[in-house]
Amino acid sequence: MVKVRGLSFRRNERVILEKVDIDILRGKITAIMGPSGTGKTTLLRIIGGQLHPLQGSVEIDGLEVPALSTPDLYELRKRMGMLFQTGALFSDLTVFENVAFPLRVHTRLPESLIRDLVLMKLQAVGLRGAQALMPAELSGGMARRVALARAIALDPMMIMYDEPFTGQDPITVGIIMKLIQQLNATLGLTSIIVSHDVVEVSAIADYIYVIAEGHVMEHGTPAELGHSKSPWMQQFLQGLPDGPAPFHYPASDFATELFGAPGA
Amino acid sequence: MIATLLQDFGRVTLTAIARMGRGNLFMLRVLHALPSLRFGGPLLVQQIYSVGVLSLQIIAVSGLSVGMVLGLQGYNMLVDFGAEQSLGQATALSLVRELGPVLTALLFAGRAGSALTAEIGLMKVTEQLSAMEMMAVDPVKRIIVPRFVAAFLSMPMLAAIFSAIGVLGGYFVGVGLLGVDSGAFWSQMQSKVNFGEDILNGFVKSIVFGLVAAWIAVFEGYDAVPTTEGVSRATTRTVVETAFAVLGLDFILTAVMF
Repeated sequence: MVKVRGLSFRRNERVILEKVDIDILRGKITAIMGPSGTGKTTLLRIIGGQLHPLQGSVEIDGLEVPALSTPDLYELRKRMGMLFQTGALFSDLTVFENVAFPLRVHTRLPESLIRDLVLMKLQAVGLRGAQALMPAELSGGMARRVALARAIALDPMMIMYDEPFTGQDPITVGIIMKLIQQLNATLGLTSIIVSHDVVEVSAIADYIYVIAEGHVMEHGTPAELGHSKSPWMQQFLQGLPDGPAPFHYPASDFATELFGAPGA
Repeated sequence: MIATLLQDFGRVTLTAIARMGRGNLFMLRVLHALPSLRFGGPLLVQQIYSVGVLSLQIIAVSGLSVGMVLGLQGYNMLVDFGAEQSLGQATALSLVRELGPVLTALLFAGRAGSALTAEIGLMKVTEQLSAMEMMAVDPVKRIIVPRFVAAFLSMPMLAAIFSAIGVLGGYFVGVGLLGVDSGAFWSQMQSKVNFGEDILNGFVKSIVFGLVAAWIAVFEGYDAVPTTEGVSRATTRTVVETAFAVLGLDFILTAVMF
């Protein structure tokens, strides 16, 4: 479905991604994991065509994304959904209108049909009762669920989730996990999850890529990664504070900085 | 020391030029997307309401008080020469030629321009613009163009309202309080204020200011660094840049037209 080859990206000379290869299989839930600030979200934005890679290719359903013209890219995006970290709901529209937005813009369906579709999508995320609320009245978890309903409004072939579990209470995390799985199965979607929540992702992902320092460190099924021999991998999976990834940001010698150079 | 100073100067200049370049490219994108407005009637009406109609209050109140002050000051000056009958002309000319367009543009930047910048900037912070792009909707067409056009259209109308209410304020003080003859007030105004030279040129000014104010407001919002601080800086920049641009352009336009 998605084929990423030799992808490199820099921001102001800083290397974010370097020669990354990733395959995302149709109908599966693929997770991209890694510590904060390793370019996971950047990768999603490159797949969505919002950022241009420095090098390499990104192919979705046979289309080379960086080479697409704007109209073609927009055509492709109608078949992709994306769930943003904050939900990114339009703050001046009600929940109902937020979900109806893509339908109103991209289709010429009669109002009655739009209403039915919106109610179906809201029912799927369990928030049909919240249709009249404004985004400011929703909790963070509810906002994400509405955003999910909006993302599936046009029945996309693929959904990208940007940190779907971050900052949510355990019940909400459970709900979102269930929704991702359920939608993937019932709508025949392909899902890409960007996250650093090891437990949640391992429970629902079919395949995991771990990215750190711009490279794919390891990839495999959750079970394979759990048995990885790499000390870095074990530190990441078990959440150990110190190890191959050091606790301290690189700095000069602590004693020297506190007391000055000896003899000075 | 001098080297650092030169370096800083170079950096500031380059940043400023780059921003201007981005501003111009952005304007081209907006102009290119203008035809999309034909599907966006309701969006435009909504924006004219929030940008124009909601600015009416401050414009009306300011126009009235400026007109009243003009009436008072003008009377005090003219009465020494026994020329207080010309108060209507003096008030109307100051308003139509200068104060109307300029003050409206400055007030507009503070009331509507800053709001536009903050709104668009916050949409960027909360990823609403990105979300729109990912839904295959061009935010320039959907968000920027209606706001830009609404601001551009509202400015000349607000300036006209400002001047009209200002004249009434001058009338109220001059005729109502200070005893200038009502007939003289209006007839002097009618005979000395030329439609083509004064009103039309003032109108041209307000169109130019409207274009600049609208451009700066939407560009600063769209170009804002997507953080809390970035949006606050962008909002400030909108007000300051619009003020400078309007005052500078006012001098140039006055020199050319009058």
